[in-house]
Order: sequence, then C-alpha cells, then structure tokens
Amino acid sequence: MGRFLQVVVDGIADGSIYGALALALVLIFRSTGIVNFAQGEMAMFATFVAWGLHDSGRPLWLALLGAFVLAFLGGMAVERVIIRPVEGGRPLNVVIVTLGLFILVNALAGWIWGFTNRGFPRIFPSGTAGLGEVALSVESLGIIAVLLAVVGLLWLLFQRTKLGLAMRAAAQDPDSSRLVGIRVGRLLMLGWGLAALLGALAGVLVAPRLFLDVNLMGGVLIYAFAGAALGGFDSPLGAVVGSWIIGVTENLAGTYVSAIGADLKVLVPLAIIFVVLLVRPSGLFGVAEVTHA
Amino acid sequence: MTPLLEVEDLRASYGPVRALHGVDVAVEEGGVVAILGPNGAGKTTTLRALTGMVRASGRITFDGHRLAGLPTERIVRLGVAHVPEGRGTFPALTVDENLRLGAYLRRDAPAVRADLDRWYRVFPRLAERRGQAAGSLSGGEQQMLSIARALMLRPRLLLLDEPSLGLAPLVVRELFEVLGRVKREQRTTMLLVEQNANLALELADRAYVLEAGRTVLTGPAAEVKTDESVRRAYLGY
Repeated sequence: MGRFLQVVVDGIADGSIYGALALALVLIFRSTGIVNFAQGEMAMFATFVAWGLHDSGRPLWLALLGAFVLAFLGGMAVERVIIRPVEGGRPLNVVIVTLGLFILVNALAGWIWGFTNRGFPRIFPSGTAGLGEVALSVESLGIIAVLLAVVGLLWLLFQRTKLGLAMRAAAQDPDSSRLVGIRVGRLLMLGWGLAALLGALAGVLVAPRLFLDVNLMGGVLIYAFAGAALGGFDSPLGAVVGSWIIGVTENLAGTYVSAIGADLKVLVPLAIIFVVLLVRPSGLFGVAEVTHA
Repeated sequence: MTPLLEVEDLRASYGPVRALHGVDVAVEEGGVVAILGPNGAGKTTTLRALTGMVRASGRITFDGHRLAGLPTERIVRLGVAHVPEGRGTFPALTVDENLRLGAYLRRDAPAVRADLDRWYRVFPRLAERRGQAAGSLSGGEQQMLSIARALMLRPRLLLLDEPSLGLAPLVVRELFEVLGRVKREQRTTMLLVEQNANLALELADRAYVLEAGRTVLTGPAAEVKTDESVRRAYLGY
C-alpha cells in the first residue's frame, strides 16, 4: 500500500511537469488555434539559460528568475516576429513555421551550449517526508505544490482580472474584441509570453530529474501532448487533469506491469493519445466543435 | 455647427467587388440618423467602414478626427460603439462579463458599476441572467445584451446594424422602445441601419436612403416617410 501511494504521488509529480507544458500548449491553442510544436524546445532553451546563469556563479533563485523573465520576453518576441506574419494564413503554414522554430531553437542551443549532458542543480531537497509508514519524495510534493500554485494564479488571472477577461474574449472572438477596444495583437503576444514562461517552469522542474541536454523536452512534449489531448485541447483544467492521469498511468504501468518496465513506458502516452482520438476526439473536458455547413 | 460625424464620398470594396461608390452621411450631436435601403445597398458595409472593419477610402470625420485608415480599437477609443450585425456577443462568457467588456476602455470603476446597475434596470431580463453564458440567451436577449454592452462604453456615437434582424415583432417593439428611451434620457447620438423602415423612421430625426452603394435620398425622417418612392419601396403602403 505504501509503495502504491509513492508511485501514485511520483506519477502526479511527473504529470504536473507535463501539465505545465500542456498548459502552455493549451493557452496558445485556445487563443490562436495553433499547436506550437516548438514549445518544448523553447522551454529547453530557457532551462539552459537558468543552468548557464547558475553555472557562472549566480544563486539558483536568481538563475531561475532570469530564465523565467527571458522566457516571457522571448515568447512575446517569437509571436510578434515569427508567428504574426503567418497568422490567419493556411493552418499548414503555421505548423511548418513552428516545426522550423523547433529545429532552429534546438540547433541554436546546441551551438551555444554544446551537445553534452549537464547536471542541473536540485531545486527541492532530495529527502523524503514521512507520512506514517509512507515515505514520499519531497521533490515530488514540491513539484505538485508548484503546479497547484500556478493553476491557482492562472485561475485568478483569467477569472478575476480585467486583463484575464480581455484575454478570454480575444481568444474567443478577435473581431468583437476589437469592437470593445481590446488590442488583440498585444494580448496574443502576452499569451505567448505566458506560455513560454510555463514551458520554462516545466523545463527547470524536469531537468534535475534527468540530464540537461538539447533533447531534454522531447519526451516531456509527447507526454504533454497526450495530457492535453486527453483533457481536451481547449481546456486548461483538462490539460492538468489529463497530464496527471498520464503521469500516474505511466508510473503505475512502469512499476507493476513487468512487460512494460522503464523502457517501454513511453508507449503509454502514445496508446492514450490513440485511444482518445478514436473514442472522444474532443477530450474529457473539451467542447466538441460544431461547424455549420 | 459641424456635425459629430461627417462621411463624404465613402468608397469600399470586398476584393474586386465594389460595395460602396460614394456614400455621404452626416450625423449631428445628439441626433438619431437612419440608413435605409434594399439588401446589398451597402448599409452594413458603411457601418463596417466607419469602425475600420472594412478598408475604405473617402473622408470620415468624427469629432475632428479622420477615421479612415485607423485600426478598429483606436476608433472605439474615440467613443464609437458598434453593435454589429449578428450581435458580436461572446457566447462562452457570462452576461455580466460581456457587459464589463463593454466598459473595457473606461478607467472610472465606480461609474462603470453604476452604469452596470442602470442597464440591468433597463433590461431586467439581462439582470436575471447575469451569471449565464451569453450563448444560452434567446435572440432578443442577445440583441439587448449587445446594445447594453455598447452603451457600457458611454459612446459618443452608437452604430446599430439591423437590430431587428431575426426577432419576433413583439421583441422588436420592446427593443425600439428601449432605444427611444436611450435617445430621450441619455441623448446618445445614433446611426441606425435598419430593414424595418417604419420603426427606424419613428426613432430617427433624419434618414438616408442608399441604393447600389450610393446615397440617393436624404431628408428629415418625417419627409422621407412621406416620399412617394420610399413609401412604395420600404414602407409597404
């Protein structure tokens, strides 16, 4: 029983990391209808910035803050400079652009920091917290707490502030938003900045658990896609819950199904994406799109 | 006195198709002006050109500002509220959120709250449904929401595009009674595009008749009402 609980908590922690990146994907998809394939690479780049700042002697908190600020500004710049010119065109064009961005950012990171593995400093202490006979990893609990705090802040932003209301309006209907005086372009930039910030968070949370290299986010992006697909690509709540389900399922399968083990557990999200697309394409929390003929 | 809004020789096209060939309209401060005309005459295009939603050439002067070429949000900032055809409400947002978005540009929070209460009193059915998604409202309620949202801006000029479209006669009556009240009590300047010429001419002080993208007739509402050709074409008697 104790072991089962540990696996579940570790799974929710993994799922929280996927959830941060899934939130980034959903945030952009909701406002622009674009799936940003480069989201993971942008996060990897920000994580390298944090590593670089820390490696050159800055305290960890300052390094993280620096990376978050840079991610936010970088995300806004990407929208304004690279995405805006192709927005509103054919969807395939935008897909190609974000794929191109994926390769560009990956290559740029390799050029700056090289292709070797780096150890990323731990953010949370590595011990366990006892809860009766159950010993839970402090890092897992910390990651879950961070994600819950982020979800709470996003909820406050979108539900309780004028800016958040305007962002929801702009995502729903850009033309009507302009008619009430909203500068839609600015809010799109802000959305991309926020998404990049969430991605950077996922990056620095996952990096201490793996090694930091240019392919850091490849796996995480697939899990985040699975979480967003399961929860519904247009639902932030769905993205988080979906990612948790993915994380828990992956960890349970890896632990208890001996045929899967650690090597094949990446198949779990792929199987889930496949089944969701087959059975319920709009996801658990998504709204099925109705199109008029 | 120069009018609040003066439109001269307005031209616009959708791709290769010319929609406006020279529309002239003037609206005095505090006045209500109706634009009449058959389908495809360019009524909606005229309004869309005024708020920068259609690229247009010609002269549009509003309160000393040239509007042609300005982006929509800048024009709205000058005090022009547009109730578009099809209402333009946000279906997934609540009635209350829709109304608060109408006041997005305003910085006077206490007055915004007072206005919110005022329009809830004028439109009691919106007050009953303030927490519901706008998409769940009936057509008439959505039209009222759209108008109330535009009024939340405290506009200097209110553009109304076919407010009666698709609504039951009783609902249309109610809607125009409210518009009459807004005209009397708020003295809001309005430019109204309407198929229902009878109602429009009751509300308006002046009217313009558009045909094939041109202004073909103008005059005080009472005179336009008695014009032989208008009577036959739009009033149905």
